[in-house]
Amino acid sequence: MNELFINWIANTPGYAAPYALAALGLILCERAGVLNLTAEGIMLVGALSGVGATLTMGGYPQLAIIIAMIMASLVSTLFATMTVLLRVNQVIAGLAMVFFCQGLTALLGNLFEWKNQPITGIGRIDVWPLSEIPVIGHIFFSQDLIVFLIIPIFYLVNRVLTRSMVGLRLRAVGESPEASDAAGINVTAYRFLTVMAGSALVGLAGAYISVASTKIWVDGVTAGRGWIALALVIFARWRPWRALLGALLFGAIESAMPRIAAAGIKVPQYFMLMLPYVVTLGVMIWVAWSKRGGATDEPGALGQPHVREERR
Amino acid sequence: MTPALDLVDIRKTFDGFVALDDAHFSAYAGEVHALLGENGAGKSSLMNVACGLYTPDAGQMLIDGAEVSLAGPSEASARGIGMVHQHFKLVKPFTVAENILLANPRRSFAKGIREISDEIRRRSDALGFNIDPTRRVGELSVAEQQRTEILKVLVGGARILILDEPTAVLTDQEAETLLTTVRGIAAQGAAIILVTHKLADVKKFADRVTVMRGGKTVATIDPSTKTTDELTELTVGASLPLPARTPGHFGRRRIEVINLRCTRADGHIALEDASFYVRAGEIYGIAGVSGNGQSELAEALMGVRTPESGLIQIEDAGEAVSAASPARMRALGAAFIPADRYSYALAGSLSITENFAVGGVGTGRYGSWAHLRQSAMKKDAEEAIGAFDVQGVRTLSQKAALLSGGNAQKLVIAREFSRSPNVIVAHSPSRGLDARATAAVHSRLMSAREAGAAVILISEDLDEALALSDRIGVMTHGRLVAEFDAPADRQQVGRAMVGHV
Repeated sequence: MNELFINWIANTPGYAAPYALAALGLILCERAGVLNLTAEGIMLVGALSGVGATLTMGGYPQLAIIIAMIMASLVSTLFATMTVLLRVNQVIAGLAMVFFCQGLTALLGNLFEWKNQPITGIGRIDVWPLSEIPVIGHIFFSQDLIVFLIIPIFYLVNRVLTRSMVGLRLRAVGESPEASDAAGINVTAYRFLTVMAGSALVGLAGAYISVASTKIWVDGVTAGRGWIALALVIFARWRPWRALLGALLFGAIESAMPRIAAAGIKVPQYFMLMLPYVVTLGVMIWVAWSKRGGATDEPGALGQPHVREERR
Repeated sequence: MTPALDLVDIRKTFDGFVALDDAHFSAYAGEVHALLGENGAGKSSLMNVACGLYTPDAGQMLIDGAEVSLAGPSEASARGIGMVHQHFKLVKPFTVAENILLANPRRSFAKGIREISDEIRRRSDALGFNIDPTRRVGELSVAEQQRTEILKVLVGGARILILDEPTAVLTDQEAETLLTTVRGIAAQGAAIILVTHKLADVKKFADRVTVMRGGKTVATIDPSTKTTDELTELTVGASLPLPARTPGHFGRRRIEVINLRCTRADGHIALEDASFYVRAGEIYGIAGVSGNGQSELAEALMGVRTPESGLIQIEDAGEAVSAASPARMRALGAAFIPADRYSYALAGSLSITENFAVGGVGTGRYGSWAHLRQSAMKKDAEEAIGAFDVQGVRTLSQKAALLSGGNAQKLVIAREFSRSPNVIVAHSPSRGLDARATAAVHSRLMSAREAGAAVILISEDLDEALALSDRIGVMTHGRLVAEFDAPADRQQVGRAMVGHV
């Protein structure tokens, strides 16, 4: 039982990582005022690119993950062009992007025969001798590279967002594009580049799934995790550290599922899949209820295209 | 001495509408220079040119005698022009220091916040502003937000400060304090431009005043050499002979508004103790500078805004309605011409027929709830479009949004007037229309008056109100402060509008 428990906790970060990274990327976009529903699609792009690059190069999974981030970022320029430059409805553009990416990744995965090809991927790194410490060693010092990098990534992104000029401008653009415009900030450029940067993180989340977790590409390998990341953003009220906490929570649930099944306890699979959304709905209702009429943490201009108008 | 800011022969048009026509303006360092004019006189447009928001079609702009052409607001602020907009450009969830840092970027965030907070404290103390740089802007009062805006442009090193209607959102005492402070800033060598329509502020605080009317500069004078009457005349123009009109045949009181009171979402009182009546065959004009409660009055009359207290009484209704719905008001014979035709009067993407028929669907004339009699709708729409001279209709199934502004307004009037209403509420019915369409709208209102309807004409265009109304009520700060019988004296009405009854 003890062994089972340690295993469960030790596996949680691996399950939490894609949620955390994708949510962080989405938080960036949404703090800049772009409602980004593309996560599921961009994660698939990252996942396919990661496997594809590994297979093409015959290894080098770390490099493949970086390539995946770049690919995700490039594909997101399509979304950024539609929403930031052409001011298309962000919800519709986001949903269209998801279905486009689902089709595109399935098509390319088949075309290049990357489908069902197992790869070595990235593995666990044991930080010897710390990894030899009982219990703690297994949980904290025997993880893969990306998991080790998550805390630094979160620290860095959160610091940039809250303690830098770039972050100040980024948040201003998401709260009040008019005030930002008057302050001489290029709202369009900030939003466009933020979508690219945020999507790189979402792509990293997708690449993690295929290169570090499943170590194989199959169609739709992300299995709806992009939607959960989206829900996490609302759950976290657009705060990075809270999103990490939420990701750990959902990671723990997901990591527990096979173990609960193995222990012979029957919980319907669909109930577990539903759980994150139930939590999200609950949080949204709670926030709406407790802050009626008052300020919410939602970025003031979320989902609103910015048009500089000379005259009403 | 060269002026700090000199605007020469500025011209600006918007889609053929001339907002500025050879306007000129110059301000010297050390003076408070007021820019006076009615709504639409071109004050804001001219100042938007000065701060780089608008690019003029023609004309020159000189700063300290050197000609410049501004690429945008950031270039204007780099050249020392700071604008405090009437609608503040502040990020509400940010602190005062963060907002000011945003507009005056430093290389390092942490160091920038420190330096700017120190500067805010220093300047705030010197000006008596009492602003804490760590407070969130959303928690500040309107007056404090305005001080934040002023600190923002001062920290940016502005030598030419443009304040757009700074006292419009303030209480009298706050306004007094602000303008005294502003005089102090001018005394330290800045040029202050005070955009306003308040004569009292001009007489009390301005060294010079430039008056604008109809996009043109009328005069630049020392306000102390003119009386309030003379300034009013310069602002609103000479009293023109009114067009001949038939004497009214007034019947009984058709609609009576009693002590209506409305509060805006932000807690400000929009309408207070508004009371008036309109008789059959009478046009009652409501004049006033925009934003003094006219929109709220119109919405309350339409039934889309619930007044806090007060009554709207319609003759023959047998009862007073205090919180009427639009459907109830319509059933009582009221017709509406709202100010914003595309949000309240027309559905742009529906056809002309549908837009026309929607007002009569409730009567059962166009079939039951389960069935629409398309042919009846078409026939009525066709007749009304002919009768009300709606031009530019290629087919009845064309989208209403494809009509020009004037014809869209005629379509609204055709629909509303085809039911022979007892009471008509028209809010700025000629806004955005050209002279011909305006004349057509006016003649429709006059013929409704002849037919015995009671017409409430809420207009921010003084000429329109004067030309059409049998009586005029003047609204300021949500109150009806004065009432005049036709023919009303333009000067007196103008004075009442700017707060000199």
